[in-house]
Amino acid sequence: MTTSLPDRERLLDAYTRMVEIRTFEDAAGKNFADGLVPGFVHLYAGEEAVAVGICSHLTDDDFITSTHRGHGHCIAKGVDIHGMVAELMGKSTGVCHGKGGSMHIADVDKGMLGANGIVGAGLPLACGAALTAKIRGNGAVSVSFFGDGASNQGTFHEALNLAAIWKLPVIFVCENNGYAEATPASYAVSVGDIANRAAAYDIPGIIVDGLDFFSVYEAAGAAVDRARSGQGPTLIEAKTYRFYGHFQGDTITYRTDEEVSRYRDRDPITGLRTFLVDHDLATSGELDAIDKKVNEALARSWDDAKAAPWPAVEDALTNVYVSY
Amino acid sequence: MPVITYREAIKSAMAEEMERDDRVVVMGEDIGLYGGTHLVTDGLLDRFGPKRVMDTPIAEGGFTGAAIGMAMAGMRPIVEMMTWNFSFQAADQIIQNAAKIRYFSGGQASVPLVIRGPNGGGVQLSAQHTHSLEGFYGHFPGLKVVAPATPYDAHGMMIEAIRDPDPVLILEAGALYGTKGDVPEEEYTVPFGKSRIAREGTDITLIGYGRQVNLLLKTAEKLASNEGVDAEVIDLRSIRPFDTETIVDSVKKTNRAVVIEEQWRWFSVASEVAAHLQEHAFDYLDAPVERVSGAEVPAPYARNLEIAAFPGEDDIIDAVNRVLYRRS
Repeated sequence: MTTSLPDRERLLDAYTRMVEIRTFEDAAGKNFADGLVPGFVHLYAGEEAVAVGICSHLTDDDFITSTHRGHGHCIAKGVDIHGMVAELMGKSTGVCHGKGGSMHIADVDKGMLGANGIVGAGLPLACGAALTAKIRGNGAVSVSFFGDGASNQGTFHEALNLAAIWKLPVIFVCENNGYAEATPASYAVSVGDIANRAAAYDIPGIIVDGLDFFSVYEAAGAAVDRARSGQGPTLIEAKTYRFYGHFQGDTITYRTDEEVSRYRDRDPITGLRTFLVDHDLATSGELDAIDKKVNEALARSWDDAKAAPWPAVEDALTNVYVSY
Repeated sequence: MPVITYREAIKSAMAEEMERDDRVVVMGEDIGLYGGTHLVTDGLLDRFGPKRVMDTPIAEGGFTGAAIGMAMAGMRPIVEMMTWNFSFQAADQIIQNAAKIRYFSGGQASVPLVIRGPNGGGVQLSAQHTHSLEGFYGHFPGLKVVAPATPYDAHGMMIEAIRDPDPVLILEAGALYGTKGDVPEEEYTVPFGKSRIAREGTDITLIGYGRQVNLLLKTAEKLASNEGVDAEVIDLRSIRPFDTETIVDSVKKTNRAVVIEEQWRWFSVASEVAAHLQEHAFDYLDAPVERVSGAEVPAPYARNLEIAAFPGEDDIIDAVNRVLYRRS
């Protein structure tokens, strides 16, 4: 942390992004309960430090692939929040024009290759984007976010092997939140630390505290530098926690209230806020102003999305092919 | 016009496009140093180097998914599936990602990807190495599925596929790799969604694709000389998009049709063809459309069992006679 402490502007930007994610998710949960958001909604609240700590090192030319719990990755990568809100509601003004919804938010111009509703299905895509960058020699990298559950899928192992043998500029970010839906990682994963699986592919495996922005930021910086300079892939395991259930409506019978409050006490946003204030990088008032601004902007986004039109019915049949 | 093999026709198409467009790369198992298990990519590594011709580990889901990621990032990858039988390992990537990303991204992303390899049976590879997957992959919107029967079509469809902005699956007739035919030296493409009348006739329409086209042509000659039946033979070429017009026009002329396929009948291409004919040519049909399909068993190993399980000349002639009400 001492060597790679980001400057004030970047820290405030990271703080803003994390607050945006939290505010977005809290409202998504509420609006799902109110019947405004259909389908499945998997909330990222609690894991903000991971997406933001990683994406702080990326530009629009870098790629990410995401998961069913993808809202945080999208916001961290710069996808338009206004369009994300509308997408959750299935409105024509959504980033995918109401065709993808929560689990399929994509923004190709931002290098966001799509949230993915199939566990582990994004890892090979990230390898392909990284292979493209390597062939073109343009210095771009790709990041694949996935969970502890995905680390048991064949695609995880195939992707790590491909990335290792081809020395691809890819960073695999395992967000280990302790549960694959309801199944504890302590039951379903053969190793205590998923980062140890990197050894099987002879690539670095790093464990970070996923509730601490700086822990993620520092490891991500090293992994991205390594990838950009042609030294190949890294596996980062972020030990994190989701404050909500697997999806909205989850009865959450598999973990205790005590466990949840223990993690909520380590809220990554509070952690970053305390750091900024303690180190005189921002005042509470400045941060409160950020919170307020984010809240107001998101409230406007929800209002706009509610007022926005549904997609035209004939659009149900478009975008299957480029040409047919 | 040069006469080359089906195998060479595919390879020359890939080489021409790799020459023309540096976004085109080829990847798959043993396709580089080894030249390809079926030698379809033989020589490409020497010519284009390891950045354009990439040997992959045996990880169909992994490398097919990587090819999809490459296509999304602006490349034009060609994946060789050593045989389509192994594509089940990659089916999640093909169906859940390649076929759907354009749609669920609201038209932002496109996946200009080609997956090609041998399909079908007839060479005693038994149950797990013998499938005809046209119906399976043809089921999914977002994919294009073609099955060339001749070297001319294999070459022209390969070029068409590489230039196509959507994912295209080429189900090559593995049993035909060594067969020869005319392939012009000048550049040409064979557009998708347009069937070919392989033999003109007036009495009955025989419809097939891939390896079955040759069997249909041979059987048509026999029907002409032995039975006095003048059969029209249609090579579908393209499973999705599908050319309804050509088969309907033919049946308007012949009023009778038999559809042949190697795959299982249930939910198959022949079933789809029969449905199209009853929807669009009902008033022209003088008999129900017959389907001649593979037996509803995993592919057997012993030669006589394999022959029994796949459509043959006698099966086609029997079906033709039934449709012509010539024998019970």
